[in-house]
Amino acid sequence: MIIVFLLFLLFLFCPSENPEPGVMTTKPKLCYFCGRGRMESIRWLLAAAGVEFEEEFIETTEQYEKLQKDGRLLFGQVPMVEIDGMVLTQTRAILSYLAAKYDLYGKDLKETVRINMYADGTLDLMMMTAQAAFKPSEEKEENLTLIVKKAKTRYFPAFEKILNDHGEDFLVGNKFSWADIQLLEAILMVEELDASVLSDFPLLKAFKARISNIPTIKKFLQPGSPRKPPPDSHYVEVVRGILQF
Amino acid sequence: MTTKPKLCYFCGRGRMESIRWLLAAAGVESIDGRLLFGQVPMVEIDGMVLTQTRAILSYLAAKYDLYGKDLKETVRINMYADGTLDLMMMTAQAAFKPSEEKEENLTLIVKKAKTRYFPAFEKILNDHGEDFLVGNKFSWADIQLLEAILMVEELDASVLSDFPLLKAFKARISNIPTIKKFLQPGSPRKPPPDSHYVEVVRGILQF
Repeated sequence: MIIVFLLFLLFLFCPSENPEPGVMTTKPKLCYFCGRGRMESIRWLLAAAGVEFEEEFIETTEQYEKLQKDGRLLFGQVPMVEIDGMVLTQTRAILSYLAAKYDLYGKDLKETVRINMYADGTLDLMMMTAQAAFKPSEEKEENLTLIVKKAKTRYFPAFEKILNDHGEDFLVGNKFSWADIQLLEAILMVEELDASVLSDFPLLKAFKARISNIPTIKKFLQPGSPRKPPPDSHYVEVVRGILQF
Repeated sequence: MTTKPKLCYFCGRGRMESIRWLLAAAGVESIDGRLLFGQVPMVEIDGMVLTQTRAILSYLAAKYDLYGKDLKETVRINMYADGTLDLMMMTAQAAFKPSEEKEENLTLIVKKAKTRYFPAFEKILNDHGEDFLVGNKFSWADIQLLEAILMVEELDASVLSDFPLLKAFKARISNIPTIKKFLQPGSPRKPPPDSHYVEVVRGILQF
């Protein structure tokens, strides 16, 4: 009986793919491990857009296997986001959808492609950082040094130039967009590895201060927000255990 | 005068191949001749210099009306295309692994195709019974899936044996005139990476 009752509660609180018409708009629901990984950029985007969301944290192998068996993970992988009656996977697909939905994607295709270029680059950089946590400890130090180097020689100079060339407050179209959110997230992530990384980039320093002060982002940067801390050994252990690698 | 898009990359598949497929399927000619993050692929088109593979692909898909009729269709196309891109990138990168690891890698790719990706697509086609993956209309997702199927078949010719709908899909999409043309010798389509290609790229990118 208890199992039936629990299943009933689960059914109530985990909406199916197609809620009935007239049902009140539910908050987006994020399904991932309790850490940054590939979900953090999605949290940033939603937070910056002022959208409240719920999170289901995957903590056991059983939970993960159930998600796969229930067929909610298209290719058996997370991140997964339930939003607007859909079950979405694939990080970039989710991010693009949210950027468009919350009007953070430029005014036309030419602005959108620039936002995508910049966001793709920062995502690459942040994914290197996320993956470094899972390398053997001998390689980790080397990896993190390489990430800081790439930030300082490949990515940050490019963004410093973009800001310098147009002299505007935001990366694209003189308007706050997903690209700005991504760049701030990346800057903060690399600063956690090397606090002086922006020393040669005055425009990025100003950008960082400016974007951090946007009310929704300022709120996200405060303790108690859904923002997750850098991966520690416990997080790595949990994820390794569940994904079995 | 509209200039043809210009693709700048190594002379091989790598991260440019999906872009060649999309342009070919859309019937757009391009010639093989400023790199934002110092990386290729790079495509010059519509007065812009574009880099970042997915950014380029999304732009082309939207420009050539291969991206669905609304945001909900677009996100599905993106989900499917992202998955197939992941699979194809594994294959592209396998060529650069040490020879002891390569065999193992290619076996893993075929396994992932047969257990993770192809079952998902077989189910999608089965569930709606339509000819194309999204919205009953030819889209970028269909191009990507065909490219991925052919790529995995190069590793294991029997990989579609348990996927009848994908077999039919493959035949159907291959017969679309622009794609049929791209599949013929002499098109911009590139061969699988061989040791010469790997040597050239390693030499230039220094790794």
